[in-house]
Amino acid sequence: MSLLKYESQQREPLVDGDKNYHQVTVDIIGTIEAKPTRLWYIGFWLSVVLLLIGVYSVYRVVDYGIGQWNLNKTIGWGWDITNFVWWIGIGHAGTLISAILLLFRQGWRTGVNRAAEAMTIFAVICAGQFPIWHMGRVWMGFFVLPYPNTRGPLWVNFNSPLLWDVFAISTYFTVSLLFWYAGLLPDLATVRDRAKTKLRKFMYGVASFGWTGSTKHWQRHESLSLVLAGLSTPLVLSVHTIVSFDFATSVIPGWHTTIFPPYFVAGAIFSGFAMVQTLLLIIRKVMNLQEYITIGHIDAMNKVIVLTGSIVGCAYLTELFVAWYSQNPYEWWAFRENRVNIFSPYGWSYALMMFCNVAAPQVFWIRKMRRNVTVTMFMSIIVNIGMWYERFVIIVTSIYRDFLPSSWSTYYSPSIYELGFYLGTFGLFFTCFFLFAKYFPVIAVAEIKAILKTSGENYKVKMTDIEKADTEKFYHEEVVHAH
Amino acid sequence: MAGGIKKFVVGAFDDEKVLFPAVKNVRKSGYKIHDVYTPFPVHGLDHAMGLRETSIHTAGFIYGITGTSVALGFMSWIFTKDWPLNIGGKPHFALPAWIPITFELTVLFSAVGMVITFCWLCQMMPFVKKHHFHPRATDDLFVMAIECTDKTDDAEVQRFLKSEGAIEINVQHAESGWWFGFYNRQEKLYRDENEN
Repeated sequence: MSLLKYESQQREPLVDGDKNYHQVTVDIIGTIEAKPTRLWYIGFWLSVVLLLIGVYSVYRVVDYGIGQWNLNKTIGWGWDITNFVWWIGIGHAGTLISAILLLFRQGWRTGVNRAAEAMTIFAVICAGQFPIWHMGRVWMGFFVLPYPNTRGPLWVNFNSPLLWDVFAISTYFTVSLLFWYAGLLPDLATVRDRAKTKLRKFMYGVASFGWTGSTKHWQRHESLSLVLAGLSTPLVLSVHTIVSFDFATSVIPGWHTTIFPPYFVAGAIFSGFAMVQTLLLIIRKVMNLQEYITIGHIDAMNKVIVLTGSIVGCAYLTELFVAWYSQNPYEWWAFRENRVNIFSPYGWSYALMMFCNVAAPQVFWIRKMRRNVTVTMFMSIIVNIGMWYERFVIIVTSIYRDFLPSSWSTYYSPSIYELGFYLGTFGLFFTCFFLFAKYFPVIAVAEIKAILKTSGENYKVKMTDIEKADTEKFYHEEVVHAH
Repeated sequence: MAGGIKKFVVGAFDDEKVLFPAVKNVRKSGYKIHDVYTPFPVHGLDHAMGLRETSIHTAGFIYGITGTSVALGFMSWIFTKDWPLNIGGKPHFALPAWIPITFELTVLFSAVGMVITFCWLCQMMPFVKKHHFHPRATDDLFVMAIECTDKTDDAEVQRFLKSEGAIEINVQHAESGWWFGFYNRQEKLYRDENEN
């Protein structure tokens, strides 16, 4: 017997309740087959309304130009790039869960990876909107592509971090999409094989690529997933590193620091996990999946939040210390006057960022808080506000007072179309997410089945017998016979 | 669409603990296992069935170094031969500045190439259809299909599977390859022996 189905009782079960393979299918696929609930319709149409606000705001920008935004002489990157970095960061948690935790063999990822990966893809789509529409003349967007042309300097500038970003984001999107869809194939086949209506049979038949569940295919699928995880791990780190290069390679005080890459990556994972929490807490409630996304899962993710939040906190302090220690008057001034000084025009945003990202998440050192759904929901929103302000602080406070005091900008606040555009990306994100929750399995069915007999609650109960039994005998029966 | 229509004895198991010895014994008795269909990856089943390790990761490596070479070669050619640009007085051959794009293209080539290879090897594509021996093979059953030759006594194979613990056993004639089709339509690709 080659199935060593034993996991320590010290670990809490990943699937609660009395489950067998069929029950897992019914619980998760059932939500696709059933009619959407009233809550789903309300959420979906609300998102569509937000999306339409975004569409109108983008229309204004395309029709009248970037002048629709309140950007000014020194603040050429305002809300637009803040939102871009924020959304990209959110995407990072999905890849962390699906790739890095796969490499670390963390069983709890199975309950949350599918939704987190979907979140990644939608977040990257939202992020992509900002640089695209910021181009102003968006029909010239193909200028970023590397091909020989007749527009003066031929080719694009491969030495520019902004071009690196084009490559990084598009690669990240493509690889995340492939990884997500490869994982979805077996589950879509499950939906197909259970389908009662002709339309559903047809649609899921096309979408599942004719998956059969053959052992050879599973073997290749496993190998593919592992290598894609191995590729995504450095990829996800590279993406936010390159985003941070957009700032770090410039010579603007407040941006020109070597700490940016690790600091941005930690911040990205931090905000991403907060967004995963927000989404999963809603999903588990609305779709009744509390047995698959357990309090244990929430606890584990809160641990990541407190870890990454503290890394980000260390980075803030390091940055501040180095600004002083560097003896660079411009750098120190940017920190002392534009950020830390609470009475400066944007001092409040630095204080808010410090509170939301560094102070507030410390409640998660307490186990009771980590396992409290209301606290987690509240904190996930606090963290996302904090991380938005982090990008705002970095971008706006570094440039609103530049080297020439005569061009110091008056107070920058977004125009209604900048605000509408940002709300619109929320609409896009949640519209996509609601459609995903309706038409795709929100939990990786096959992966849950694979861990069910080691980590399911009802199976773990039986393991007490194994624990009591003779170790020699257990080893002989379960391990020696396996090989 | 390789394969052709063959005859199979199909046994469905509801527990992987029963499946493993069954696979072992079926192979020992000299029957040819066409395939075992499982709802999730059962670890060790490929070894039990005597399948060779997949080398898809090697393909991934080759695609990866292709991406590296394409990126480095392309950027070097553009910035040193095709159109050397003076960018802030930096060298034309600015290798450190090309590392990010080189890395991204390595990952992109490797990932896209591997997924296409995976689909190619497993014959997977939209509108591709295959014979499914049991609709619950993607739900909760482990379905073993044993290929019959002219000499195989299918009644004996069925008895054998029964003794191994299969909960459902039947004989099916099926196309063993793939074809283009729709899952909302039933397609009969063979004529039953009992018909006319």
